[in-house]
Amino acid sequence: MKDIDYAAPKTLAEAVALLDGKGDRARVLAGGTDLIVQVREGRRDIDVMVDVKRIPDLTRLTVDANGLRIGAATPCCDIYEHPEVKKSYPGLVDAAFLIGGIQIQSRASLGGNLCNSSPAGDAIPALIALGAVCVIAGPKGERELPVESFCVSPGRNALARGELLAAIKISAPRTGSGAAYLRFIPRNEMDIAVVGVGVSVVLDAAKSKVVAARIGLGAVAPTPLLVKDAADALVGTTADDAAVENAASLAQAAAKPISDMRGDADYRKHLVAVLVKRTLAIALERARKS
Amino acid sequence: MSSSKDSPKSGLSRRDFLRAGGAAATSVTGLAGATLETQAQPGQPPASHIPVLGPGPAKISLNVNGREMSTAVEPRVTLLDALRNYLDVTGCKRVCDRGTCGACTVMLEGKPVYSCSMLAVEAQGKAIRTAESLVDGGKLDPVPEKFVQFDAQQCGFCTPGFVVAMRAVLDRNPKATPEDVEQGLQGNICRCGTYEQMRDAIYSLCNRPRRS
Repeated sequence: MKDIDYAAPKTLAEAVALLDGKGDRARVLAGGTDLIVQVREGRRDIDVMVDVKRIPDLTRLTVDANGLRIGAATPCCDIYEHPEVKKSYPGLVDAAFLIGGIQIQSRASLGGNLCNSSPAGDAIPALIALGAVCVIAGPKGERELPVESFCVSPGRNALARGELLAAIKISAPRTGSGAAYLRFIPRNEMDIAVVGVGVSVVLDAAKSKVVAARIGLGAVAPTPLLVKDAADALVGTTADDAAVENAASLAQAAAKPISDMRGDADYRKHLVAVLVKRTLAIALERARKS
Repeated sequence: MSSSKDSPKSGLSRRDFLRAGGAAATSVTGLAGATLETQAQPGQPPASHIPVLGPGPAKISLNVNGREMSTAVEPRVTLLDALRNYLDVTGCKRVCDRGTCGACTVMLEGKPVYSCSMLAVEAQGKAIRTAESLVDGGKLDPVPEKFVQFDAQQCGFCTPGFVVAMRAVLDRNPKATPEDVEQGLQGNICRCGTYEQMRDAIYSLCNRPRRS
């Protein structure tokens, strides 16, 4: 690995000052499972790693009646092992549990997954489906951004000079909610999504009609997508076969995949429809049982 | 700067010899603990008071298998390389060096991690456990013992990573099922393909009969 400096600020203000001073020569170090490999392989040229794990809020997970706040550097295992998160946010647990193997999950964070800004990042469609909000700290203070607006192109995101992702917020699920995330990979684990789909639904009091829905797609466009048309088409229906088919084909139409070593564009399009149906079925089942 | 007194083995090893030469070469660059020269923008708090290590070696202390060991490493040195090349703790193996194969698995505060994908400086103050901790005198921990009994290795290079990952699952849940243990091994690869023998070892560890 090339020579680097290492700093471990203890406050957000210190981290912001360091990042602002060094600009794109500095990079935030959370779990390091992407960054350290990228720097060693010469795919990312930086001078300093800013380890944010000494900032208490960055690895803190709080869950209460208002919702969930996950410090951006909180490792995946802290998320899926949290009893309250497991119970109330299964759609997020789905994603946290399939990012890498156990060793990766002990270190890798949702914040890192977002900041790496891969179109195929597993956490991102799940977070989009849950309507998550990014809390960004920077030289001008704090700002919030819907998670679907965070990634702007492969590997690039909305963070400006001196800014870092501090936390991810998700509102508490409404009564009758259910969410799920599924991805397709050609093996059982430890692979990059060919397509990933996150779905959340809210059912009415009778647990019959859909009153709200969100669908997030991964690995089918330069950034993970919120497919509003497809989700809106479910609202007011009982998510019967015709409504599900309709939502799946609308999601398929919104997908603009490329062909690469993981699958060609037609194959990915096909997978979008299959996965939307499967993920939706799990989300609906969870909503009915909630 | 030399860590030979803290090395697990006594006497001057080849590693110690090579390291002594390297240490002499790097000592002229000075130790870290300096501060980063940042050009704070107008109106920004200066960042110059935040301690920054590197790029030269910095003194670190690591708790490895219950022992405090100290050495000096550049911040770019991974935990894997610090353990193997600076502290002579060679149970963890360097294979893919990119966080996919699991041969470098160690426990950090009881959790399995890839030591190739974290910096040594990050591991200070955390309890690190390597495969060396799975033998006490001449007595093997039940995990490697079952590996021996069921011949669950061929070349054996991946084995330290597998046994540490397996021990992590069983420490966390002593009643783990074979499925739980296998779930905990999804981040380890054996290129010799001794998975079937490993399954025998896992079922035996979990006191379950294995249908063939």
